Amino acid sequence: MDKWQNNRAWFLILPVFLIVAFSAVIPLMTVVNYSVQDIFGPGQRLFIGTEWFKEVLHDPRLHEALWRQLLFSGLVLLIEMPLGVLIALGMPKKGWTASLTLVLLALPLLIPWNVIGTIWIIFTRPDIGLFGKLINGVMVFDHTANPLHAWITVMSMEVWHWTPLVALLAYAGLRAIPEAYYQAAKIDGASRLAVFRYIELPKMRGVLTIALLLRFMDSFLIYAEPFVLTGGGPGNSTTFLSIYLVKVALGQFDLGPAGAFSLIYFLIVLLFCFLFYQVLLSVGTGDKR
Amino acid sequence: MKVQKKYVALAAYLVLLMLPIYWMFNMSLRTNADIMGGFALYPHSPTLENYLKIFGDPSWYSGYINSIIYVSMNTVISLATALPAAYAFSRYSFIGDKHVFFWLLTNRMAPPAVFALPFFQLYSTFGLIDTHIAVALAHCLFNVPLAVWILEGFMSGVPKEIDETAFIDGYSFPRFFFTVFIPLIRAGIGVTAFFCFMFSWVELLMARTLTTTVAKPIAATMTRTVSATGLDWGLLAAAGILTIVPGALVIWFVRNHLAKGFALGRV
Repeated sequence: MDKWQNNRAWFLILPVFLIVAFSAVIPLMTVVNYSVQDIFGPGQRLFIGTEWFKEVLHDPRLHEALWRQLLFSGLVLLIEMPLGVLIALGMPKKGWTASLTLVLLALPLLIPWNVIGTIWIIFTRPDIGLFGKLINGVMVFDHTANPLHAWITVMSMEVWHWTPLVALLAYAGLRAIPEAYYQAAKIDGASRLAVFRYIELPKMRGVLTIALLLRFMDSFLIYAEPFVLTGGGPGNSTTFLSIYLVKVALGQFDLGPAGAFSLIYFLIVLLFCFLFYQVLLSVGTGDKR
Repeated sequence: MKVQKKYVALAAYLVLLMLPIYWMFNMSLRTNADIMGGFALYPHSPTLENYLKIFGDPSWYSGYINSIIYVSMNTVISLATALPAAYAFSRYSFIGDKHVFFWLLTNRMAPPAVFALPFFQLYSTFGLIDTHIAVALAHCLFNVPLAVWILEGFMSGVPKEIDETAFIDGYSFPRFFFTVFIPLIRAGIGVTAFFCFMFSWVELLMARTLTTTVAKPIAATMTRTVSATGLDWGLLAAAGILTIVPGALVIWFVRNHLAKGFALGRV
């Protein structure tokens, strides 16, 4: 579809531009301002250039948190994407069962993030929680003391919370495939696997890339859920990047390092998303339009 | 036979999905003494005491009202600004269009923790701290870009010939937009509203930073009460269950549009 060439379209963008710029540009510039200064108190500040960036980039605890974060986001994508697609493939196509499945799937997405943490505290307590009670019947399981158990618990919570989003998107992608495609495949005698590989998967590429983008961003910025559930412990084993960021910001009365940290953090997310977006663009022009 | 197996697996997944929520519901119907007294798969003597406590105490239920007010405001603002912008992106090409489109999305990528402080300073300057509109505006930061992206997908699905025909027939732009175009993308608006509601409802950090008492959201009320009184599990669970209710109602209303809407939109 060719678009009309008209720069006056900017007037239609203007409200969005103003409202987002108001909330985005000024705070961003303030953070940039923090990151290049040493702030002792009101009115007492010193310009120090890139000093904080150097310090933050050499912080070994930040490196640990970053690797932990990359491992976490990687695992999240590896588990949630295939699982979400599987669920979408298994969902009924119409009728009240389809409606019911949709409503139940969307439910975890609509719970405030700290409440998610609270639910899982209750659920995994060994004395009063169903999960904690059951698993402790089989083996000793304590997510407050054992780092591996803490990871399993946080991952379970994350998969429980967000897989429905992938499933909803994949389901939407599947529903958009015309029935004629399936009939043609049937006439050709294609196997179930071939239908998935050559019809369903290519048709879902668009929505799956978007799901990937959203899941990457949100899992990389995750804060409230693991913070409420484990507080970053035991030790530092579940201290993800944003939890460490808050520790830095609150632990020191100086906003400089925290500002530099935030900017580096932002740039990492931006870099990954830009790469994903390029893929999305080439996929979008490839077969959708 | 194969179909049967598929549905058994799906049903098993849905049961697993509901278990943590069921467990909280179970807790919410019991008193704290009962909960600490022993493990029970279902409440033996269910009581509404926890819920009555929440509905009888303004410091509790005002949190829900505040949340609902700012979430509604945010949804309206997001939709009102995103509609014309999405129309521009789907119909026109202009200088910088692709860059602005991606720039919008980058606003979802900043770690909120440190940005909370400049937000506080900015909104203090305008005297907006502890008002509902402050939270609604702050949440626009991540909801407006998403709304533009979703709506743009829907609008691109409407053939441009419809616009051209309407203009030839002498429709003015506002008349065309409100009487012809908006009804065509109703499903898209429903889905967008669902997403705006969802992300604004679940966000806590900014909402808590920008409010103190008058506009405090329910999720913040919950965290404070927990630390103040020790842990009253029953009350906490009841408050948690009540945070799910508005969302569940919203899904119920958009359930038929949801699948269809997702399929058309780019999300």
